[in-house]
Amino acid sequence: MDMLAGKIKTTSQNLDSAMNPTDMLDRQIRLTARDVTVHYGTKQALHGISIDIPDRAVTAFIGPSGCGKSTFLRCINRMNDTIEGAKVGGTIKLDGEDIYSPDLDVVELRARIGMVFQKPNPFPKSIYDNVAYGPRIHGLARNKSDLDEIVVSSLRKAGLFEEVKDRLQEPGTGLSGGQQQRLCIARAIAVGPEVILMDEPCSALDPIATAVIEELIDELRENYTIVIVTHSMQQAARVSQRTAFFHLGHLIEQGPTEDIFTNPVNKQTQDYIMGRIG
Amino acid sequence: MNALIVAGVLLVLLGVSYQTGWSKSRNLATANGVKVHSRPQYHGSYSAIWTMIPALVILLLWAWFGGGIARDYAVSQIPQDTLLALDQAGLNNALNRINALASGYGVAGDVAPWEQAAGSAVRSFNFLTFAGMLVLAVVAGGAGLVYARSRITARLRARNTVERVISLLLLACSGVAILTTVGIVASLVTEAFRFFTFINPIDFFFGTVWAPNNAGGANHGQYGLLPLLTGTLMITAIAMLVAVPVGLMAAIYLSQYAPRGFRAVVKPFIEILAGIPTIVFGFFALVTVGPFLRDFGNAIGLNINATSALTAGIVMGIMIIPFVSSLSDDILNQVPRSLRDGAYGLGATQSETIRNVLLPAALPGIVGAFLLAVSRAVGETMIVVLAAGNSPILRGNPFEPVSTITVSIVNQLTGDTDFTGPQSLVGFALGLTLFVVTLCLNIFALYIVRRFREQYE
Ligand SMILES: Nc1ncnc2c1ncn2[C@@H]1O[C@H](COP(=O)(O)OP(=O)(O)OP(=O)(O)O)[C@@H](O)[C@H]1O
Ligand SMILES: [Mg+2]
Repeated sequence: MDMLAGKIKTTSQNLDSAMNPTDMLDRQIRLTARDVTVHYGTKQALHGISIDIPDRAVTAFIGPSGCGKSTFLRCINRMNDTIEGAKVGGTIKLDGEDIYSPDLDVVELRARIGMVFQKPNPFPKSIYDNVAYGPRIHGLARNKSDLDEIVVSSLRKAGLFEEVKDRLQEPGTGLSGGQQQRLCIARAIAVGPEVILMDEPCSALDPIATAVIEELIDELRENYTIVIVTHSMQQAARVSQRTAFFHLGHLIEQGPTEDIFTNPVNKQTQDYIMGRIG
Repeated sequence: MNALIVAGVLLVLLGVSYQTGWSKSRNLATANGVKVHSRPQYHGSYSAIWTMIPALVILLLWAWFGGGIARDYAVSQIPQDTLLALDQAGLNNALNRINALASGYGVAGDVAPWEQAAGSAVRSFNFLTFAGMLVLAVVAGGAGLVYARSRITARLRARNTVERVISLLLLACSGVAILTTVGIVASLVTEAFRFFTFINPIDFFFGTVWAPNNAGGANHGQYGLLPLLTGTLMITAIAMLVAVPVGLMAAIYLSQYAPRGFRAVVKPFIEILAGIPTIVFGFFALVTVGPFLRDFGNAIGLNINATSALTAGIVMGIMIIPFVSSLSDDILNQVPRSLRDGAYGLGATQSETIRNVLLPAALPGIVGAFLLAVSRAVGETMIVVLAAGNSPILRGNPFEPVSTITVSIVNQLTGDTDFTGPQSLVGFALGLTLFVVTLCLNIFALYIVRRFREQYE
């Protein structure tokens, strides 16, 4: 009975702190999710997720494997639409606009909310064409020199330009894993998104490549809303300002990263961070 | 009967030898707790291998040389003066009669006493050699078994030996495929060369008139390949024009758009289309498509023949659709999902994703599928026999009847042929041409695939 009471209390505390403007500093809230549920066929993968995601900050999703981090991330840019049998409930709003409303243009939404995947997945095209792909389909460049500029600046922002400037016409698949992942980040940036979702972007990379990407995330934070899924506590602590802990399809706890790591309210969060579940 | 006995003996040998090796291995293992290198079934297989190989070698030798020896023996049973009086055909006939008597079937007509005697001699000879061979095989196998059994110890690496034998077996099987190909090509080439002793290759490859004189005689007629080649290529081109767009788009729909249930129903249907015998497509062309095209041509003021390159090409294209769509579908499904997700994640629509990401990634495989389809079209016969009009005249109008290489092969080789004159030997030259055309297509396909391969994982 006591435990149950404690649980209810912490949950409401979470919501309180999520809504608490002082905790958000002066950051504006870009994304709000309320009671989001996801079913894969008959199996429920997410149970009533409610979270606010602030602008110009990195929000980290942590939690044991299979707890629904990727699933929730895919809800945010409606990538779950491409999975047969996936059903999403609840509401998610981007700048107050319901992204699941029937008259929203999904394709345009995905241009506003970019995504970087766990495994680098460059297209089987040249480095240049990989980055130019998004701008081309969205008609962002009026002429060739415009496009060149977008490509170069995106590669620069992704910290890849110096390494590949002499081989832009070579296939993107010929790069190393870390370079490919930065290429994918450049590709996402090139579309000019407002939000960037990253699903374990460093899981296939060595520590040095990881450090490069973390630095990059830190720079991108100045201009974008970033959500990152990670299995590394250290990475979450290093790059994020806010952290949300998922467990078995529930959002257990969320708050400023320092608080979650130094002073978690929930026992499960504490156990996970100390490495006792996972 | 004999074959059954041989098979029975081999099976018994197999069982006994396996069992021997297995139980010896078992005893090793239980004896004093030693660690045995290989599991009992490997020792069983090991001794089975050592038993079966000598036995099979003996049987193979017998199969190879036994016939010749038996024939020599039968010849030696024919009285000297009778033998001298026989020519080649007569000798064969006599041997057939002797063998028929020996096997107890009996023969037509009166049986000469020497035939009767030779028949029973051959009969007992056959029985003795068969029994001797069988005993020899069993003895050889037994010797192998004894040897293998003596080799079986705890440290024997029977598992590795079995592995090697299996890989040799696999090699031998692939060797069969290669040797068959080589054999067929060699016979095509030699017979084609015989054809070229009658007809100048230049007249064949560059001749524009196809008019073989099938009546025989000193005038062989004209054997110009070009009318047939253009007919073949025209029909193939029309078929591909039908099959590639339809097949590819069906594949794209099935692999990317169709709901799972729909796909599960439709895919088997398309594959059934591939199972319809081509002769049925031929009827379809002759009875339905041809007349329809003719009437349609009349309506719009075109003169289209009911049997024409167009009719044959369209129907052949329909026949090939399932090849293209089924292969392309599999290939499209092999493109990693992560690539599609990457494009969707950038805000690409489904058709943009398909055009810009999926198709380029799948291109090598799809080109391969197309060329496979072309090879089928080039070699297809029945539809063309029925629907193309069989008119080997050089012309470029697809609305008129044509003939193809395959149809001409059929025409030249059906009926009584003795492969002594160019009338029938031309079949081999045509076959060789067809083979070379398909080979070139395949090489071209490989080139395209290499050239345009865009690596994905
Ligand atoms: N396409 C799918 N079809 C059916 N079930 C799925 C699908 N994708 C995910 N799931 C299920 O949903 C649950 C959450 O999966 P999800 O991929 O979101 O986990 P995750 O937290 O990202 O795990 P990880 O850290 O291993 O990536 C899991 O139980 C998983 O089995
Ligand atoms: Mg995941």
